[in-house]
Amino acid sequence: MSWTKKILRVNLTEGTCTPEPLNMEWANDYLGQRGLATKYLVEETDPKVDPLSPDNKMIMATGPLTGTMASTAGRYSVITKGPLTGAIACSNSGGFIGNEFKNAGWDMIIFEGKSPTPVYLYIENDLTELRDASHLWGKSAWEADEMLHKDHQDPNLKIAVVGRPAEAGCLFSAIVNDLHRAAGRSGVGTVMASKNLKAVAVRGTLGVAAPQDPDAFFEAVADGKEVLAENAVTGQGLPTYGTQVLMNVINSVGGLPAHNMRDVGFDKAENISGEAMHEPRASDGKANLTTNGACFGCTIACGRISSIDKTHFSIKDQADKPQYQGSSGGLEYEAAWSLGADTGVDDLDALTYVNFLCNEDAIDPITLGCTIAAAMELFEDGKITLEDTGGIDLRFGNAKALVEVIELTISGKGFGAEIGQGSKRLCEKYGDPDLSMSVKGLEFPAYDPRGIQGIGLNYATSNRGACHVRGYTIASEVLGIPVKTDQNDAEGKPELVKAFQDATALVDSAGICLFTTFAWGMDNIAPQIDAACEGDWSVDKCLEAGERIWNLERMYNNAAGFTSDDDTLPKRLLKEAVKSGPTKGNVSRLGEMLPKYYEIRGWSDKGIPSADTISRLGL
Amino acid sequence: MQKSLHLDPAKCTGCLQCEMACSYEKLGEFNPSRSLIKVFTFHEEGRFAPYTCTQCDEAWCMRTCPVDAITVDMATGAKLVADDKCVGCKVCTISCPFGTINYVQETGKVAKCDLCGGDPECAKACPTEAIVFIDSNAHGYDRMKAFAEKSLPSANAT
Repeated sequence: MSWTKKILRVNLTEGTCTPEPLNMEWANDYLGQRGLATKYLVEETDPKVDPLSPDNKMIMATGPLTGTMASTAGRYSVITKGPLTGAIACSNSGGFIGNEFKNAGWDMIIFEGKSPTPVYLYIENDLTELRDASHLWGKSAWEADEMLHKDHQDPNLKIAVVGRPAEAGCLFSAIVNDLHRAAGRSGVGTVMASKNLKAVAVRGTLGVAAPQDPDAFFEAVADGKEVLAENAVTGQGLPTYGTQVLMNVINSVGGLPAHNMRDVGFDKAENISGEAMHEPRASDGKANLTTNGACFGCTIACGRISSIDKTHFSIKDQADKPQYQGSSGGLEYEAAWSLGADTGVDDLDALTYVNFLCNEDAIDPITLGCTIAAAMELFEDGKITLEDTGGIDLRFGNAKALVEVIELTISGKGFGAEIGQGSKRLCEKYGDPDLSMSVKGLEFPAYDPRGIQGIGLNYATSNRGACHVRGYTIASEVLGIPVKTDQNDAEGKPELVKAFQDATALVDSAGICLFTTFAWGMDNIAPQIDAACEGDWSVDKCLEAGERIWNLERMYNNAAGFTSDDDTLPKRLLKEAVKSGPTKGNVSRLGEMLPKYYEIRGWSDKGIPSADTISRLGL
Repeated sequence: MQKSLHLDPAKCTGCLQCEMACSYEKLGEFNPSRSLIKVFTFHEEGRFAPYTCTQCDEAWCMRTCPVDAITVDMATGAKLVADDKCVGCKVCTISCPFGTINYVQETGKVAKCDLCGGDPECAKACPTEAIVFIDSNAHGYDRMKAFAEKSLPSANAT
């Protein structure tokens, strides 16, 4: 078992919820979650569809391991065509709702059409229905979450919900579940809101059936947990500092971009690092970090639970907003970088506050921070004026301006509506498109492609735009996992990028968290899948499925109109050398890596999978 | 030696491995909603707390059961519910001050922790030792030791 073998098809136009059997032939080729939902999307939609039209579909999908005792096995993903990029969008989230879908008996939910009025989907095991959400429309994700819990008198209800920016058309809206976990990138929340779907509320009590081979499963799972516990990253670094363990590390190796990637290296990185989150503050002697927390089934527990200094300007006059006074989801590395280093803001409390805002109203902090950083550069260049910003003094490093512009973005008003379109559209509007630090319209995460060569190739070729969690070569290039490669070398990187991308596609299709791969190789993962599921899931089959999924996504993007011209990086990263620090003088050598990457992928020099590749992978 | 479950919220990360282990042991499936140990999240405090039956010696549930469906396992000290005797009257759920015995609508019986016959699965599944199964007489020793450490000359010197 391990699949429930049931999917729910929700037609929002008709208001119907219809169960269907899962296509097990496809499950055998694409496993689950990211891969399998992509297969459904490809089969059922036109790649040229307008992402925000009723003809686009949105799929919430679990993996076969979701809801089992495998460590971290609580993940779910949202798959659709993304409005920020026009490429395939696939956003992965932890928290607890993935398990709840599975316990309610559903592998996957396919949303199609558009409801005439705001609705939410209520699921209690086999009971599935669309209900009126007019009272929830216009509420933040946190407010809607609280109202649904109250309405249903069920503290165990798990909720995935969009915020106000999604309703207003912000193109990088997320879907937040369990208050502070998110299917964060590519604007999947914008698609959900475009369908007049405010929330999904689910309660599952049916249980996830025993694994196919229980003895083999519990042995593989126990081995896996031991490997995680004994590994320095997953056993110590992540639980202690979260992903924020990286801030000082990446800065010290000359890989931390700053000021809209104008610079590499941020001299105040220490102030916003994982270590800083442990430091007692002057006002009350408490640290920013309250504790670490786990997602469902996770034995790593990297999550940050933080609080804001009550004397900080962001909340001191907000006694009427109790939601910011206590602890909630704190800064992860990518958010701390984009909202902090990239905007030049080193105020940890201001960053924690705006991170709360991103959670409360479900927006992607990476794209948000990067778009504000681009606006700051345009402001300093005189292309955006005080008149444009409505009086906000949008200079790099101005924490108050950061807070104001994010509050404005959430309101969807004035200049905030322009930020809500992402950096590509903003920079085009203000006449300097080269200042958008993005690939295919999706903004960069926190690793500079001039300082770390392989990650630049991954960004350029990632199927959802500039994304670190499609092929996290940082593991090898900086941390030495599974083997150390030189961050400054371009040679060997095409092979490295392909290997990471394919393995990641499989991990994202299994129901487990990518962070396990700091410690686990496919030889740890495949036995867990194999014991849990029907069919033979050897290491080779897993890797081949990963490669198949990658190619399927690529073919979708090609059919949507993307070409090899889109597999590139902003001019700044290809031409402007790093000005100082350990990687001084470097630019990204993408041009050296890309042809080789196409070749080993079995693609033409235009980035199109060859007939042989398509046939070899059974596409 | 009698052992009992020792629960430490300060160590709990809220991962729910204990709930999965419990439900798998009892039902042969992963079903946290049917777990007999529960982890509660106190979001604004940023805390997680596991909680289950403490196996009272003078157990309210056992005393109040009108059909003697609850008995003591003499080997472990656990209070056990006999499903073939339980009539689902719920009196025990009212009398238990801790709320750790509950009615289960799927079965029409009450359910509570039985210490898995002396080798509790929740403790084995916990990755952070927030749940341990230890000598019942020694539950305070870790805390006692911490205070004892404060009385050391070396502690006073700093």
